[in-house]
Amino acid sequence: MGKLNRRDFIKISGTATVGLAATSPLTEIWQHIFPPEERPLLDSEMTKTSTYCEVCFWNCAAWTYTDKEGKVRKIIGNQLDPHSNGRLCPRGTGGLGMYFDEDRLKKPLIRVSDKNGKQEFREAEWDEALDLIAENMKKIERKYGKESIALFYHGKTGPHFKHMLQYWGSNTNAKPASSQCLITREAGFIATYGTGLASPEPTDIKNTDCLVLIGSHFGENMHNGHVQEISHMIDRGGTIITVDPRFSTMAAHSSKWLPIKPSTDLALLLAWMNVIINEELYDKDYVEQYTFGFDQLKQHVQKYTPEWAGSVTTLNPADIIETARMMGAASPRVIIHPGRHTAWYGDDTQRTRAIAILNAILGAWGRKGGFYFPEKVKLPKHPHPPLPKPAWSFKDLSQERHKLAFAGITNHIIEHALPEYTGPYKVKGMFIVATNILQSVPQVEKVKRALQNQEFIVVVETMPSEVTGYADIILPEATYLERVDDIRTSQNRIPNIALRYPAVEPRWDTKPGWWIAKEIGLRLGLKDYYEYEHYDEVLDWQLRQVGSSLEEMKEIGVKYFPRKTPMYIDEYTDEPYWFNTNTGKIELYSTDFAEWGYDPLPVYRPKPEGPAGYLRLIYGRLPMHTFGRTINTPHLYELRHEPVLWVHPKVAKLYDLTNGQEVWLKNPKGKVSNFSIKVRITERIRHDSVYLPHGFGHKGKIFVDGKEIKMSRAYGRGIADSELISDVLIDPETGGTGMRNNFVTILTENPHKKEVVS
Amino acid sequence: MEERLFQTTRDIEFLYPHVHVWGWPIATYLFLGGLAAGILLFATLYYLKGKEDDMPFTVKIAPIFTFIIIVIGLLLLVYDLHHKLYVWQLFTTFRIKSPMSWGAWTLVAVSIFSLLWPLSYIDDIEKYLHERGWRRLDNITKFIRDLEHNWVIPRFIILTFRKYRTFFAYILLFLSIILGIYTGILLSAFNAHPLWNNPILGPLFLTSGVSTGSAFVMWLSNNKKERKLMSTIDMALIAIELFLIIHMIMGLQAGPEVYKQAANLFLGGEFTVWFWVLFVGMGLVLPFILEALELKGYHIPPALPALLVLIGGFIFRMIMVYAGQMSEYPF
Amino acid sequence: MRYAMAIDVNKCVGCGDCVVACQTENNVPIGYSRDWIIEITKGKYPDLMMHFESQRCNHCEDTPCVRTCPTGASFIDEGGIVKVEHDECIGCGACIEACPYDARYFHPDGYVDKCTFCDHRVKEGLDPACVSVCPTYCMYFGDLDDPDSEISKLLNSREWYTLIPEAGTKPQIFYLK
Repeated sequence: MGKLNRRDFIKISGTATVGLAATSPLTEIWQHIFPPEERPLLDSEMTKTSTYCEVCFWNCAAWTYTDKEGKVRKIIGNQLDPHSNGRLCPRGTGGLGMYFDEDRLKKPLIRVSDKNGKQEFREAEWDEALDLIAENMKKIERKYGKESIALFYHGKTGPHFKHMLQYWGSNTNAKPASSQCLITREAGFIATYGTGLASPEPTDIKNTDCLVLIGSHFGENMHNGHVQEISHMIDRGGTIITVDPRFSTMAAHSSKWLPIKPSTDLALLLAWMNVIINEELYDKDYVEQYTFGFDQLKQHVQKYTPEWAGSVTTLNPADIIETARMMGAASPRVIIHPGRHTAWYGDDTQRTRAIAILNAILGAWGRKGGFYFPEKVKLPKHPHPPLPKPAWSFKDLSQERHKLAFAGITNHIIEHALPEYTGPYKVKGMFIVATNILQSVPQVEKVKRALQNQEFIVVVETMPSEVTGYADIILPEATYLERVDDIRTSQNRIPNIALRYPAVEPRWDTKPGWWIAKEIGLRLGLKDYYEYEHYDEVLDWQLRQVGSSLEEMKEIGVKYFPRKTPMYIDEYTDEPYWFNTNTGKIELYSTDFAEWGYDPLPVYRPKPEGPAGYLRLIYGRLPMHTFGRTINTPHLYELRHEPVLWVHPKVAKLYDLTNGQEVWLKNPKGKVSNFSIKVRITERIRHDSVYLPHGFGHKGKIFVDGKEIKMSRAYGRGIADSELISDVLIDPETGGTGMRNNFVTILTENPHKKEVVS
Repeated sequence: MEERLFQTTRDIEFLYPHVHVWGWPIATYLFLGGLAAGILLFATLYYLKGKEDDMPFTVKIAPIFTFIIIVIGLLLLVYDLHHKLYVWQLFTTFRIKSPMSWGAWTLVAVSIFSLLWPLSYIDDIEKYLHERGWRRLDNITKFIRDLEHNWVIPRFIILTFRKYRTFFAYILLFLSIILGIYTGILLSAFNAHPLWNNPILGPLFLTSGVSTGSAFVMWLSNNKKERKLMSTIDMALIAIELFLIIHMIMGLQAGPEVYKQAANLFLGGEFTVWFWVLFVGMGLVLPFILEALELKGYHIPPALPALLVLIGGFIFRMIMVYAGQMSEYPF
Repeated sequence: MRYAMAIDVNKCVGCGDCVVACQTENNVPIGYSRDWIIEITKGKYPDLMMHFESQRCNHCEDTPCVRTCPTGASFIDEGGIVKVEHDECIGCGACIEACPYDARYFHPDGYVDKCTFCDHRVKEGLDPACVSVCPTYCMYFGDLDDPDSEISKLLNSREWYTLIPEAGTKPQIFYLK
């Protein structure tokens, strides 16, 4: 009792004193000596603004909470959102650090030095920078045509610029994320089912009995909805099978871990088919009703026995058979997860097709506990005049070579931007929007030469990354908490939309993407395409077309719409389900591929081995980072900023390594990592490989009016694997860039140490 | 193979790789506390034994230093606080289970009595100084005497103290023992640090504190009899210390894994040389030998063993503070 | 009322969301954290086991931190929540030394800071921030005195362990095996 009184007394006297001092000059002194406690706020004491996350493509809907002073305090998932169910991942929760980062680009910057020396810029006003951009675009148009201006983009800012360039007359664009990530998987599924998977993948994990992860690393990637559903599945006692050369987080949570030899995944998939077909574990009715080419498949996989696969993959044939039986037992409530970032070994469309086929024979497609049919809301486009038809576009760069290059291929655009390219489709100017192509695209040297060959480069970014150093003009973009973007309409079980609306004013002299794109467009004479003052008007118009409004969305953040079609295939009772393929069925045997000269059924071909003394370079993810984008983000940097190189104890012995020792990596082409990385000796990896998280090793810096600008926290930390990826295996069907067949050796001495002249 | 790693970085100051909240200020504070306890223990003990005039330095002069020693210790304690402006909070409550609270109150009490004790002897002190030709402190002694003669309250306090000195001597004796044990208990109250968490630490710190007290008298007294007596006592204390140390290490070794690891800090681990060579060797065994030789009639400069004991006592506390924090349960 | 937390290590993926959520909820200064995650790997390739432990103050029943606090700034609040009254803390570090879990640290302002089980939320009937954001639903918070609470049922039906039981602190954070 006495205790309580005293505590209360101190509180009261403290407040009273502060209250009295409020009018006196003593206030500051008092508060300096006894700073008022920053107590946590209740949600009811704050204002919440709808947003959806921009830290990764999952785009979880959330609320940004700001206090009475207008300061961003926290970001919490929107309970209504089927992508996040009200629970963000660490990157979403820590996303406010992107706004708070003091290293952000703060003002438009114009290059003053030439590109070969120090990257020097000066600060400029928006008008000057935008005028200069329009002027240079017109110059390139006069010399080469509008099409010669290419766009690399990522995230939700990208479309504003894509549209601006399309309005103007250029459709030469690519998402680096596409050719390196999803294109091969989408192609594999399109060839099989006539439809791709898109994001979030419509895997019915929460209802499945058996989840097979082959090159999927949930828990290391935080694909939020799926991570959540896996938890529910674990609660239900479902089976997880993980195929991974590392004992990954999911491997640790699995009933069965198959530590496969890297690059042999297709052999395992084919052997699984062999067992499932020969032991008649497949879904016979389903195969009968919905698939085409089962007999060809059956004959094709006969040679791929578990024993054969065992010798190729280094796995125990008994384990291959056992896991195949586990899948068969769960059929059709089984998912062989298609994964993301499926561009690995140059035969990735075929490998993902094998995954698609395996799912098909197990009857998983369109089935509860397998793959559901997703739905999304179609928002009508804000009316604008028709698009001009460019003389050529990204399709002309790729589709001759790769039938399934349905999206722009970054590498092809880069090839057309190189000085040695002499053909008609030259790329001479670039917009690089919210993507750091010097870290996300392999063969960095080639990318650098392409950048140096440009007459004009605009970089739109929030942070000083590697690629900003190659810009002629750098435009500082507002972060997602400070801007409005398009309505999120991505697919899910329930069709839904989500609103991103600014919670705070842009810091410094930064501007939202839509405003920047519009201002450039106006300077290019595209007034008719931009008949609005503020992007709010576009959103409100679009929302009203579907029976909502901006006002309503600001209140609720996420809105559901009723489904128009059944979620599972069994619910199509009136007429047989028609697949969008040549045969109208699931094509186990691809008729398109047969026609185009690709393997109509996946064939295993061994991949080149690394030279003696070299280890395979495996790169991956940390759950608290989205590659290189978040390493510098204050909160996320604090969660993890020390990447480590996983090496098996045998390797450690061979190279005489100790835990925590700093090492450098070198690839067979002699490329050496810029920085070092600390060693972690662990049993969690095979002895033929090393593993490191992607996204570290930032080394971009620019000088603004003589002052050095860089990511102060991330700079020089760890190794950027992209520097070491010199060998890219091209996927013939799509042009996807396989990056996993690269090898490194470990250097214990600093290769950059200046030699002492004696 | 077992790995334990941080999945999320936690580079918080003072916590990793092992807790390191306390450093030299606390070690010094513990040393000074023990020293003051030792000095006061002898002063009060010999006063109560009626040796007031036989051992003037022990009883009357040495306690002058205790007040200064304790004030320095308290200042170090405050210096080591991270929320210094709130230090007064220590004296708004008494937490019976908190050694730190015990220490704060005990030190304040001891400091008051250790100030009054020499004040009550002011005439004797002046005489003692004059006998040795020291007149530089006359101003101070005069000031104190003026205080006593001209001001009612100080006079009342000093006179009362002088009148009931025996009573106060008992109190001070009791407080000095508390203080001596406290310096050990402070550390041994922390279960989280197996090295500290052993019952020997209290007696060991008390013995070591008393030993430094005797060394202090040995060093500064120029009364041969006093020095010889202290030397004998110190030898006994060193013997007890050695016994306790062996006991402590054996006790740790008999314990669970973390306790064994704690013992290993001294048995091949980081503190082996510090502990065995600098503390046990130079701070206990060597002064013991020197004292023994002196008793046998060899000529040894009296300051030498005394300083060795004092330095050894300080090193011992530094070792215990630093090593104890390294002795932890795995995270 | 006896608040406790159970964490299912079979579901935790060690993403660190609990750590950031705590930081933003409680205004924990950048560079500090009231909770953190440990990875524990045992075995030899390919027979391995690995799990994560989201750790924080164990809100022990037997609290060495509260015991050693000289001012009473560290105290046990309603429901067994161990808290620090910042205005009474002198920053002596005794509680930091006393805690076997490294759960306490010096706030840059000098006082000792730690997990509060988000008592400001708990009073509103909400889960602590870490529990409420966890994308794997691996954390459970509730009242052990209520036999019908989810946490009581989980602890009755599943095997669990606590951290450093030999320190004798009776932790109230339970890890479900």
